Amino acid sequence: MTVYDIAVIGAGPAGLAAAETAAARGARVAVVDAAEHPGGQFYRHRPGDDGSRHHHWRAFTRLRDALKNVDHLAGHRVWHAEPGEPHTLHCLVGHADERPTTVRAQHLILATGAHDRSLPFPGWDLPGVLTAGGAQALWKGHGLTAGARAVVAGTGPFLLPVATGLAASGATVHGVFDANRPDRRVLPLATDPARAIEAAGYAAALLRHRIPYRTGHAVIAAHGDGRLEEVTVARLDRDWRPLPGTGRTITCDTLATGYGFTPQLELAVHLGCALTEGFDGTPVAAVDAAQATTAPRVWAAGETCGVGGATLAIVTGALAGYAATGARPPASLLRRRARQRRLAAALAAAWPVRDGWKSWLTDDTLICRCEEVPHSRVEQAIAAGARDTRGLKLLSRTGMGRCQGRVCGYAAACLVGAPERPDRPIAQPVRLGDLAAGDTAPIHPRAGADT
Amino acid sequence: MVKPLGGADVVVVGAGIVGAAVAYECATAGLTVAVVERDQVSGGTTGAGEGNLLVSDKEPGPELDLALLSLRRWREWAETLDTDIEYEPKGGLVVASTAAALASLTALAEGQRAAGVETAAVADPRTLEPHLRDGTAGAVHYPQDSQVMPSLAAAELLRRPGITVHTGLTLTGLTLTGGKITAAVTDAGTIPTGAVVNAAGTWAAEVAARCGSELPVAPRRGFVLVTEPLPRMIRHKVYSADYVANVAAGTAGLETSPVVEGTAAGPVLIGASRERVGFDKTVSVPVLRRLAAQAVELFPFLTDVQVMRAYRGFRPYTPDHLPIIGADETVGGLWHACGHEGAGVGLAAATGLLVAQGLTGGKPALDTAAFRPGRFGRPVEEAHA
Amino acid sequence: MNITVDGRTVPAEEGQTIAAALHADGLRAWRTTRVGARPRGLFCGIGVCFDCLVTINGRASIRACLAPARDGDVVTTGGER
Repeated sequence: MTVYDIAVIGAGPAGLAAAETAAARGARVAVVDAAEHPGGQFYRHRPGDDGSRHHHWRAFTRLRDALKNVDHLAGHRVWHAEPGEPHTLHCLVGHADERPTTVRAQHLILATGAHDRSLPFPGWDLPGVLTAGGAQALWKGHGLTAGARAVVAGTGPFLLPVATGLAASGATVHGVFDANRPDRRVLPLATDPARAIEAAGYAAALLRHRIPYRTGHAVIAAHGDGRLEEVTVARLDRDWRPLPGTGRTITCDTLATGYGFTPQLELAVHLGCALTEGFDGTPVAAVDAAQATTAPRVWAAGETCGVGGATLAIVTGALAGYAATGARPPASLLRRRARQRRLAAALAAAWPVRDGWKSWLTDDTLICRCEEVPHSRVEQAIAAGARDTRGLKLLSRTGMGRCQGRVCGYAAACLVGAPERPDRPIAQPVRLGDLAAGDTAPIHPRAGADT
Repeated sequence: MVKPLGGADVVVVGAGIVGAAVAYECATAGLTVAVVERDQVSGGTTGAGEGNLLVSDKEPGPELDLALLSLRRWREWAETLDTDIEYEPKGGLVVASTAAALASLTALAEGQRAAGVETAAVADPRTLEPHLRDGTAGAVHYPQDSQVMPSLAAAELLRRPGITVHTGLTLTGLTLTGGKITAAVTDAGTIPTGAVVNAAGTWAAEVAARCGSELPVAPRRGFVLVTEPLPRMIRHKVYSADYVANVAAGTAGLETSPVVEGTAAGPVLIGASRERVGFDKTVSVPVLRRLAAQAVELFPFLTDVQVMRAYRGFRPYTPDHLPIIGADETVGGLWHACGHEGAGVGLAAATGLLVAQGLTGGKPALDTAAFRPGRFGRPVEEAHA
Repeated sequence: MNITVDGRTVPAEEGQTIAAALHADGLRAWRTTRVGARPRGLFCGIGVCFDCLVTINGRASIRACLAPARDGDVVTTGGER
């Protein structure tokens, strides 16, 4: 079986940049990606897309062209990354026709990206409530509008492209509500000309579509009988507690909500990579100046080692590509990384998550959607001695279901007051027959219970 | 920093199921109890267990007697505790694949029956488990085998009045006066007390050392696969007759045997593996594959069922596979309640009872000689392997 | 191309996921939860939340938001298994 020099996991901005750089240095590279098409969440696109819905499309087409020089293993979901010489990636391919396969490589570059971070609020599990990224994926990936009457809520600059995407797809957007009030004087956008232009473009688009943009506001509840019918929006104090008397309802069929992003760290944990605190204080893979993790022959790039957006992802991906091929990176790349990191830290500081969201919860608000665990049971578990998300899981089933706490993990960690622990030995569901098929040792049932 | 915390008649080290049971029974006997836990309630092996209360996997002898006593106590707890601890007397079904295995199993069951275990030979196990594979040699049904949710049970036991739980606190040593305990020393202050119970499970050797004693308790790693939630397809705890042999084996190498059970919540739990690799948390893909292969062989319908997650735990292993229950033979006031390997939940209730009886000078409910901490002699080679 | 959803013919486009085809057809919920029978459909849209599970061609528990629609796919909605 082929043993690659380098396997890059993820075909988003970081993974593509890593693959391009490593392949250009002569390495035999595989890009292992769960999606059918390259691009990750950022460059998600439709087949035959002309890029008109995308920023940085030219950068993407250049990176995509680099895939010609690597083995692009699309549709490969890694359920476990096993460290070794070589490392082994245990993958699943297909869906109704799912089958297992493995990819082996001497070196790994983790560019596993991030998913939306959600905060719970009453009614957040009603159909029609989507993550911001989910609404964006319908538009960018399928050209579909998430709904006819939409509201966008959460925090961070990402809400803007989500709102303009919804509007472009034909939805009437009744408002963008950012819970923070970022101070315009310290807004770091100005330090990055590309972002300033991007921001100006979104501002113009909001105006063009007559979309109200409100800071210091949040959707604190969603209502509906079996599906979303309206949301309650309230003005917040500095700590995100609703100001009495400011609540009003907006009729809508769609809510796109997101409070930042959570990196996907399962594979890094499988490989034994140490974690550290990212720009916002939540766990990320720890890397050194060369993007090397603490695990032998494993590098990380992009959101895996700190949520900082596509530009930082491309820069760190390229740096990992240099390091994994034993090459020295150009100094200009190191300077760009330093600048982008400062920017990421400033963005994280300008758009934090404040504690007051907990006051949006009622006793019966679900925290864990999979196991349907209400807030009251989470509080009981904390009172009974749970001190972190594992304790919450054991005493209340929070995070015990199919998503393994990916959706509720951040909120659960905030409620219990300890960081998330992304310990998920099985990163993707795998059928027992497929797992068993890889069992190489013969099974010899022993005769009887006596030894 | 040595600031006094509130004093207690007894300090229990460890808030797993054994520590919780000891604390509960001591409080029931009228003692005031402080529980010192360096992590959180059920944070160790209790949180990694399935919560089995088994008599079926124990050969006649002191451990089976302990299990039977414990089972009775668990039944009382399930009836009297305020919170639902998900007690389910679902019964065990031990399946033999060959005629020879069935003969051994039948002989074992006869001995167990003489010791007070309810057993029933089952010619066609599929009458009890319709989805079991065809062509087994036969099975024995153990209706007493039960299950609880161990984390909930520990938390509920610890809520009893008279118990103070200190989580995030580590026992660092003891204060002795004239060879007898006068205080338990923790990283956040001392707790004046005359008795300390080491219920630190897999970490009991470390706690014993901090108390100036020595115990041969070592970790024996196990993995569990958890499937997606299913309608109730598997009603009993179903395992192969090989399992008993695996438990009894003392090898450091990997031992696996199929143990499969449905749960009220939906997921099917699949074990069991045993290997002595220290506290290595690394996931072993070959072990996961082996567990899957054995489960699918037992229940072919599982082939298409998804494993949703997996976890590992470290059982507190002792060289003779018996728990350590009783007073330390050198440090006055130090007691041990640990080393239950994979049976800690099942044996916890009786363990708590025996320790409470010992501490209050009562007559023990059964002969505890086999569980004596001093039985291993010194020096201990195995414990630090 | 077309897929069948609970016996009904639903159009799908090349490159669309099953979830996108259901969404384009106006469906917003196609599953209920085990405990509270709560309706669920798309939430994360990228394979993280497991809300959008369907059975495709007899195989249960597939994330509709990840599975590309293929002509003739037989989709069953409802519970998990």
